[in-house]
Amino acid sequence: METATETKPEIAVSLREVNKWYGDFHVLKNVNLDVERGQRIVICGPSGSGKSTMIRCINRLEEHQAGQILVDGIELNNDLKNIDQIRREVGMVFQHFNLFPHLTVLENCCLAPMWVRKIPRKQAEATAMEYLERVKIPHQAKKFPGQLSGGQQQRVAIARSLCMKPRIMLFDEPTSALDPEMIKEVLDTMIELAESGMTMLCVTHEMGFAKTVADSVIFMDGGQIIESNTPDEFFNHPQHERTKLFLSQILAH
Amino acid sequence: MTAFITHETLPSLPAPNTLKGPVAWMRQNLFSNWLNSVLTVILLIGILAALIPFINWAFIKADWIGTSRDDCTSGGACWVFVYVHFKLFMVGLYPEAETWRTLLVGAILVVTLAGLMIKGVPFKKYIQIFALIAFPVIAFMLLSGGSFGLPHVETNFWGGLLLTLVISIVGIVAAFPLGILLALGRRSSMPIVKAICVVFIEVWRGVPLITVLFMSSVMLPLFLPAGMEIDKLLRALVGITLFQSAYLAEVVRSGLQAIPKGQTEAANSLGLTYWQGMYKVTLPQALKIVIPGIVNSFISLFKDTSLVLIIGLFDLLATIQGAFASPKWLGYAIEGYLFAAFVYWIFCFGMSRYSQHVERSLKTTN
Repeated sequence: METATETKPEIAVSLREVNKWYGDFHVLKNVNLDVERGQRIVICGPSGSGKSTMIRCINRLEEHQAGQILVDGIELNNDLKNIDQIRREVGMVFQHFNLFPHLTVLENCCLAPMWVRKIPRKQAEATAMEYLERVKIPHQAKKFPGQLSGGQQQRVAIARSLCMKPRIMLFDEPTSALDPEMIKEVLDTMIELAESGMTMLCVTHEMGFAKTVADSVIFMDGGQIIESNTPDEFFNHPQHERTKLFLSQILAH
Repeated sequence: MTAFITHETLPSLPAPNTLKGPVAWMRQNLFSNWLNSVLTVILLIGILAALIPFINWAFIKADWIGTSRDDCTSGGACWVFVYVHFKLFMVGLYPEAETWRTLLVGAILVVTLAGLMIKGVPFKKYIQIFALIAFPVIAFMLLSGGSFGLPHVETNFWGGLLLTLVISIVGIVAAFPLGILLALGRRSSMPIVKAICVVFIEVWRGVPLITVLFMSSVMLPLFLPAGMEIDKLLRALVGITLFQSAYLAEVVRSGLQAIPKGQTEAANSLGLTYWQGMYKVTLPQALKIVIPGIVNSFISLFKDTSLVLIIGLFDLLATIQGAFASPKWLGYAIEGYLFAAFVYWIFCFGMSRYSQHVERSLKTTN
């Protein structure tokens, strides 16, 4: 992960001196990050460190008060057109899935392509079935989210985001709300996605996943990026004290 | 502690039959001990003592058909009062020769509602468009006349159940979208929009409907330029709609508050605009949750229409009260009020049952 002096198209996401406050609380402090296209970044850290806040700033679910965020070369500011453009290219998967319970799985996946990209229904449904097959649950297309297990719901959520054909995918602790047996099926889906070349920013505690697919592992604490390295270096030779403490806690069991 | 491990997998058996049957239930619940048995017997006697004479008076001894009060000879309920005045109660002073128009509108309304409510009817979308756009125009043209060769019937002559239904339906249909917009506005992050909505809701919710009607009828003409007159019924409709929309706004807002923030976040992250997210994601869920509250408001409005008496419009209750106040029919107030209560109850209960049906059909999870 190199810092570029100018924003070239290969840089998918760029954060420069990003600061955010919740009221008086300084939650993001001078965050600098460049993510190249096709890179997979895993972000870890203790709770309250600002990792979720940081990736939520990328698709404007949170607003940053200082600094600059560029997504695909488009600046993220109060201009609604920019925000809309960026949101079409950035998909997000949430910890609590956030599927629309009143729509079937297929309707969940078709809603945005039809209404945002104006794709006709038949084509949207075909694309949706394609992605549902890719996450291995095509037979659930007519069911409602409430009828599916947690792992299946999360895979539907991944398929729903993919139906918009985003160039960047954000994952906010996608497996934290799942039973252990279901974590594997979701991680397998994410690994397959990573191997297909998707740019991914993933906040997670699944270190096995980080070791398998990540190009970089970032450690955040107190709103700052403390450490960033390849998985190998990160897990075997952590440099910062906080990182060492964190790793000892989560790798203990 | 000793645990006994079973080595083979046991089959699933059907559940045992509990003691069933009405006699067993009565034994368990009504006559389980001496005190309960005595109380049951006392209450039973009390209920029958009140109910039997009433049924006797209202149905068995009652007179149903006739032409004047002389036909009420039996000492039971005099439903002749209702029979004789039936047309008055239904359409008020609507001219005799034009009453067929009200029946036609009623028939179209029933067919349209059936088309909307019954599952499996095709072209629902077209029926909805017809119901919201074409039907009001057709109904107004038929009821009011003045075109297509139909003689004009002033709104002063509309009365009885016809007037009650016109006011309720227009009030409900007009207040609903306005209430939704107010609720969205009140939750808005734009300070001016929010302020306007808060003021509107608190003003219209804070005053009694009677004063709204009174002001619209008496005070509004004072503010209008001389010679300009707005139809009395129209004034009442506007007042009732604004009043009802404030109530509905709060009901809808409570539903919006119940939707988890994650739903809006998911809609936003997919690129849906605010209005797209509202229309396809948030509002369908919010409105489904508050169906009981909305139907409550509607039922309340339906009965509140009786207040239009104070501005000189004669709805169902007013025509009934007028009828038993006339010297020819003095003394039959009970029959009148019972009939009014019965008609109101039919419509309110119908709305209630329909809302339960809607809730059941919208269930997507357990």
